Amino acid sequence: MKKQGIKELNGMPGKHPLSDLLRDDRMPHIWCPGCDIGTIFASCLTAIHESNIDYNDFAVISGIGCSGRAAGYVKLDSFHTTHGRAIPFATGLKIAKPKMKIIVFSGDGDLFTIGGNHFIHAARRNMDLTIICVNNFTYGMTGGQVASSTPFKARTSTTPNGNFERPFNLAYMAAAAGAAYVARWTTLHVRRLTNSILEAFNKKGFSFVEVISSCPTSFGRKNKLGPPLHIIQHFHKISVIKNSIHPKDANLDIEKEIVVGKFVDIERPTFFDLWEEIYPPIREKRGE
Amino acid sequence: MEETEQFIMGDTACAEGAIACGCKFFAGYPITPATEVAERMAKRLPQVGGTYIQMEDEMASMAAILGASWGGLKSMTSTSGPGFSLMMENIGLGIIMEVPCVVVNVQRAGPSTGLPTLCAQGDMMQARWGSHGHYEIIALSASSPQELFDITIKAFNLSEKYRLPVLVLTDEVVGHMTEKVVIPPYDKIDVYPRRISTLPPEEYLPYVSDEDMVAPMVGVGEGYRIHSTGLTHDKRGYPVITAPVQKEMMDRLIYKIRNNVDDIVKYEEIEMADAEIVVIAYGISARPALKALEMARDRGIKCGMMKLITIWPFPEKRIKELAPQVRGFVVPEINYGQICLEVERCSAGKTEIVLVGHAGGAIFHPNEILEVISRL
Ligand SMILES: Cc1ncc(C[n+]2csc(CCOP(=O)(O)OP(=O)(O)O)c2C)c(N)n1
Repeated sequence: MKKQGIKELNGMPGKHPLSDLLRDDRMPHIWCPGCDIGTIFASCLTAIHESNIDYNDFAVISGIGCSGRAAGYVKLDSFHTTHGRAIPFATGLKIAKPKMKIIVFSGDGDLFTIGGNHFIHAARRNMDLTIICVNNFTYGMTGGQVASSTPFKARTSTTPNGNFERPFNLAYMAAAAGAAYVARWTTLHVRRLTNSILEAFNKKGFSFVEVISSCPTSFGRKNKLGPPLHIIQHFHKISVIKNSIHPKDANLDIEKEIVVGKFVDIERPTFFDLWEEIYPPIREKRGE
Repeated sequence: MEETEQFIMGDTACAEGAIACGCKFFAGYPITPATEVAERMAKRLPQVGGTYIQMEDEMASMAAILGASWGGLKSMTSTSGPGFSLMMENIGLGIIMEVPCVVVNVQRAGPSTGLPTLCAQGDMMQARWGSHGHYEIIALSASSPQELFDITIKAFNLSEKYRLPVLVLTDEVVGHMTEKVVIPPYDKIDVYPRRISTLPPEEYLPYVSDEDMVAPMVGVGEGYRIHSTGLTHDKRGYPVITAPVQKEMMDRLIYKIRNNVDDIVKYEEIEMADAEIVVIAYGISARPALKALEMARDRGIKCGMMKLITIWPFPEKRIKELAPQVRGFVVPEINYGQICLEVERCSAGKTEIVLVGHAGGAIFHPNEILEVISRL
């Protein structure tokens, strides 16, 4: 069969509709066929596109992992840092560039296992960052080992008999640590996900969007979840939207029920608000 | 602003040096004996429109100063042994992304928690090789509060000139000793500005270098839409996972320092004209060494001293030159032989080398060094 280019495949004249935000000179990307990161990445780009914020006012920071490669594909100021340290890097950049929208796009392992401490502290500070977390329940990049998000009993390459630890509820942790905005969607809730990311950009303070995502290659196969489309259809089918419920009740059981929705949307003084409150003379000194 | 004389602690002088040359961001985590650097920065930065943030650990501190430096702020962190170990991975990120910033290590005795409140010079090789992979680094050393002030400024300037994290190595005794520090008017201080490209976004590539192999930067948020990564990358900053691109990138990271050693390397020479025995010392150990030198001269021994300011890159050329001319090198350091190994390497068997080692927790008495000088 003759290989078809993207052009012939989607019938569009040459370019991806979001090509002004894509480093198309870096295609093809590394993500496996059936991987959901692309969907989340596209939602993020769509939200950037729809935000009415100048593209030059965005920066994207990633840690390490499959999800972390997003920073390398977005045509914005973007930094691909070290495993777990995207949030503190972003914190430094945000302090230097307080007017910019800083997005951290990374995986669950990166943000919550190796980088969990940075996550809770940035939330506690209410640092003005938008965190988009691809939760695929595993370390995709390294071939599917157990993570702090891996469901109880799930099989991974380092839990061959099933995971005997309990996972974190990421949304609950974010809320408990002080996030001003917390939402969870699956990759089939594309419209809602995109809206949430947009809301997160416009939220003052620490905003967190968790996206339940399949990793057919590293997680799906080991747990016999079936073909990629089947996995996300299943996630979607068992998900129930419960906006505004307490995130501790936002159940996440990939066999029975995935509670999605917007759980937290509150006003809380940010790092910058409180800084300005404590140090008003500096503001004057800067002539503001 | 007038020149002022202050009677301050080494750690404080270090912070004042940073402020004097325009540091606007400090991220750190408290640790003895470097805490006073952070404390001074917490007080001083808000006064000059800068930001101090206390991070949750040293990995975060190092990552934050890289982010802030990309954002255009002169950035610094300070720590001691245990924190220095935690910073290593992101020091490597700073090397590969080529991010100007300053990391201060006020050394205490290790391994591990060791002697938190007492001095050592045990991290000299960690400063050289502590992050993984092969790289070149710049590290400077100070033996007094005044030198800490001066060298911190120098560290910022070198970091901007060569686009890399520059390490300031001192120790608990220098960090905690209080002495007179002369602070010049800020406008009289030479400040090396960030190398900024004048090319428009369509023409700019983040890792195309000038003649000295250093690539000019651009500001974040200014429409250049750069990408920078810890992966091996090409001139565009794009990851390319191949041996040829690794070589191209590595050659530049290595040779931007190696080809400029004459500009980077600084040392002081004392009583060297007729010296037959040369003490090679740095940091706090240079002070009892100087006293030992005076005592040796009183006894008629032709002794000189080379005091290292730049530790890395090592002042290889000068030591190679001296080795065949002298009877011996004496290397006092508060470890079991680190810089001494470099002296041995550079001397290539052409002279005798004696380590005056120390386990840490105290500084040398001049007599300990004198005794070795007299025996040679
Ligand atoms: C300090 C460090 N430890 C381990 C690794 C190896 N490593 C690379 S990616 C990764 C896991 C990434 O998992 P996650 O963040 O969930 O992202 P995903 O690949 O699933 O998108 C690990 C352990 C590393 N790069 N750095």
